[in-house]
Amino acid sequence: MSAVEAAAPDQVSVTCAGPEITRERGQRQVFCGLAGIVWLHRKIQDAFFLIVGSRTCAHLMQSAAGVMIFAEPRFATAILQERDLAGMADCNQELDRVAAEVLGRRPDIKTLFLVGSCPSEVIKLDLAKAAERLSDVYQGRVRVIDYSASGLETTFTQGEDACLKSLVPQMPQLPPESRSLLVVGTLPDVVEDQFARLFKDLGIGPVHFLPPRHATEFPPVGSGTSVLLAQPFVGETLRALVERGATLLKAPYPFGIEGTLAWLRAATDAWGISGETLESATAPAIARAEKALARQRELLAGKRISFLPDSQLEIPMARFLQRECGMELVEVATPFLDRQLMEAELPLLPQGLRLVEGQDVEHQLDRVRADRPDITVCGLGLANPLEAEGLCTKWSIELVFTPVHGFDQAADLAELFARPLVRGSLLKV
Amino acid sequence: MQLTLWSYEGPPHIGAMRIAVSMEGVHLVLHAPQGDTYADLLFTMIERRGQRPPVTYTTFQARELGGDTAGLVKTTIQEAYDRFKPRVLMIGESCTAELIQDQPTALAQGMGLPVPVLPLELPAYTRKEGWGANETFYQLVRGLLKSRVPTPGAESEMRASGPRPKANLLGPTALGFRCRDDVVEVTRLLDSIGVDVNVIAPLGATPEDLLRIPEADINLCLYPEVADQACHWLERMFGQPTIKTVPIGIGATHDFIQEVGRALQLDLDATADPIWSRMPWYSRSVDSTYLTGKRVFIFGDATHVVASARIASEELGFKVVGLGTYAREFAREVRDAAKHYGVEPLITDDYLEVEKKVAELHPELVLGTQMERHIAKRLGVPCAVISAPVHIQDFPSRYAPQMGFEGANVIFDTWVHPLMMGLEEHLITMFREDFEFHDAATPSHLGSSATPGRSQPPPAEPAEGDGEAGETIMAWAPDAEQELKKIPFFVRGKARRNTERYAQEQGIQTITVETLYDAKAHFGR
Repeated sequence: MSAVEAAAPDQVSVTCAGPEITRERGQRQVFCGLAGIVWLHRKIQDAFFLIVGSRTCAHLMQSAAGVMIFAEPRFATAILQERDLAGMADCNQELDRVAAEVLGRRPDIKTLFLVGSCPSEVIKLDLAKAAERLSDVYQGRVRVIDYSASGLETTFTQGEDACLKSLVPQMPQLPPESRSLLVVGTLPDVVEDQFARLFKDLGIGPVHFLPPRHATEFPPVGSGTSVLLAQPFVGETLRALVERGATLLKAPYPFGIEGTLAWLRAATDAWGISGETLESATAPAIARAEKALARQRELLAGKRISFLPDSQLEIPMARFLQRECGMELVEVATPFLDRQLMEAELPLLPQGLRLVEGQDVEHQLDRVRADRPDITVCGLGLANPLEAEGLCTKWSIELVFTPVHGFDQAADLAELFARPLVRGSLLKV
Repeated sequence: MQLTLWSYEGPPHIGAMRIAVSMEGVHLVLHAPQGDTYADLLFTMIERRGQRPPVTYTTFQARELGGDTAGLVKTTIQEAYDRFKPRVLMIGESCTAELIQDQPTALAQGMGLPVPVLPLELPAYTRKEGWGANETFYQLVRGLLKSRVPTPGAESEMRASGPRPKANLLGPTALGFRCRDDVVEVTRLLDSIGVDVNVIAPLGATPEDLLRIPEADINLCLYPEVADQACHWLERMFGQPTIKTVPIGIGATHDFIQEVGRALQLDLDATADPIWSRMPWYSRSVDSTYLTGKRVFIFGDATHVVASARIASEELGFKVVGLGTYAREFAREVRDAAKHYGVEPLITDDYLEVEKKVAELHPELVLGTQMERHIAKRLGVPCAVISAPVHIQDFPSRYAPQMGFEGANVIFDTWVHPLMMGLEEHLITMFREDFEFHDAATPSHLGSSATPGRSQPPPAEPAEGDGEAGETIMAWAPDAEQELKKIPFFVRGKARRNTERYAQEQGIQTITVETLYDAKAHFGR
């Protein structure tokens, strides 16, 4: 599963730039990949996510999806019963029946994802085969795709990676001689539109986004495809795209002004567009962003921050907060560190930073208590307990659910971290 | 496989967690894959607890499956013990761990830990959260007290004979619906009749507290879903009578006091009743007259459903048109109640079935869980929450019990609030063309959320496959259709159904205005 091993041989040179990495093993306080469905089902509007799992999976989804339960959901769980485990029921027949029920209820669905979970992985239910079979049954009407988002294999945002990777074989072939830019990773619609406008102004195109808003509009891929990663957790997807001939444009992630500019530059360089063009196209947005960011910087500068592992967004976020907001990094932990994907980010981190891959939650909390940072970025299982100990927290899941990419969101991103500090000083109770 | 959009209960290990979180000095080690720690959020977010649940997870991943998951279990148990020094350690498995069969409970017992180790059997593919909580509490009580069971025939020497009799309050838990305040209210209630509280468990209890359970004269089984097994065992082993009436509602609270009085031989006539409820007067005041006969559908856990049905019919004058529970273990109580109110009981944990039933019955008010709120919102029916599962807003900051006399006050306000106020209801019926007070607008006291009204029709009109509805497609004459719209929206569905039924019985092909009024006269409202 480790991407370090999976990295392509020509990437071996990616070594020791940036701080040293400590690996930690133990109890992990993270979501499994199923949580990715919470935003993926909003992004891909004609897809349905059918989890094949247990009551625990269903319970996780409804606890995580919160108020969205008011809408007619585009996800559900096929809960395994005793009969399925005992082999008294043919799991494949059962799955066919449940899929028919789902598609009967939602005739508008064009893509059905069969999502593997820990139980379905452990009993080795072959969802790939089931997807193939069902695709045949619903040929022309519904495409059926499988991927696994179990906690055994995926941590939180890696669920998106697994989902996107499953889409790669479905993408049409980009004709030879033509080229295109492919932006990979879920972006809020408003951010996607901003980037599309910027690329248009820069004269880069055609530009496609993965995932698409509709699962029927797959972007093409081929040897002329240049890939820009919008999210730092899509390593497996990237490698699947590379296998189809695509090339990665190495860049930091588009968080903050510096990150966004460097990210765009990777594209302009590839398209042979001059630095002046980039500068003139981005100048107004950068000026705006600097102005808005200055206010937040005042609140954040000099404050100490620790990141607990959650989404793999930790490293680029920490880079932004340190370099553009003047924060001091105490510890930055990430659930999983893909060196290939972090190649442009790691050198931007301060040498000597405590950088941790993995987690042993009790020991990590001991360190947080000893460090007493001004802000701790952590999951919701830990946030209130740490607040009760007098530590200010920023719950990390919000970083995945808020528009934070690009110039015009740089100040919003900083504000997410400033808000708990402001609140702490406001409250007199 | 069972297709599930929303589930009423979590898996059984969530029930075990609720017991562990409720108590102090108890720690639970769960053999579970990475990701199952999501359950901590239920306690830290929904209930807003400021401590982490006393639960350690093994959080195994794929790479460990090839290796020594049993070793991982042992290390985890040892580390949890060393760090938290619990006085009782519970060991359980989540659904995935159940499949790989590491026998963590046997492993734990072989480790020679110096505290009681309680193995939990939580069959994740057949049982659910409520069962898990009930079983865990029972095993905990039994495990701690079985060595103290008096020999048959011998009087229990543990019972202290103080000036006031003592009762245990059993069943309140973390993540239970309004348990926090119910406990306070019942304690006040008992105090008013001269009864002291001995132990409240599991909520807030330590293992040492559980050892004192036999010192009480009676056990109050406040939440049978959690405590009925334990109460039953205590009754058999220690001869402690169980008080089975759950004091939710005025009538039930009076019955509860009587039952406690009888069990303890108290002279209740001599005790003044210092606690009093406004609810009976509010319900009798003329402003409540319009509540008479409001058609209500009730769904939730058995205890709250049975209690709510009695309040609805005897204390608020509603008409119970539907009744059901998701807790199969307590289906009998709900069936009995349904018989009493002359309705068909709905015993199901299938959300879609509940939705279908609500759509079919056209109630004017739904009393249910968080899930029924979705149904009610979709169908445009007022709704109030009476039972778990609930979301964060039903762990309120204010004092909000359901039990006892104050609980009845809370219930009156909560249930009446979503209904349209009397005057508004009258005016909407009289004048139907007002651009603000049209009948699809939200009740004005609930704010004007930009509900686009009922423009999207309730989708769940009996689906195809519903035999009866399939064949009877009635033709409505345009003027009859117009006339139907003049009936207030909250009874319009019922009127449509009654008219169609009447037309069918009479063999009428096309429904006219006359048919509509004939049907109205025939069914009376």
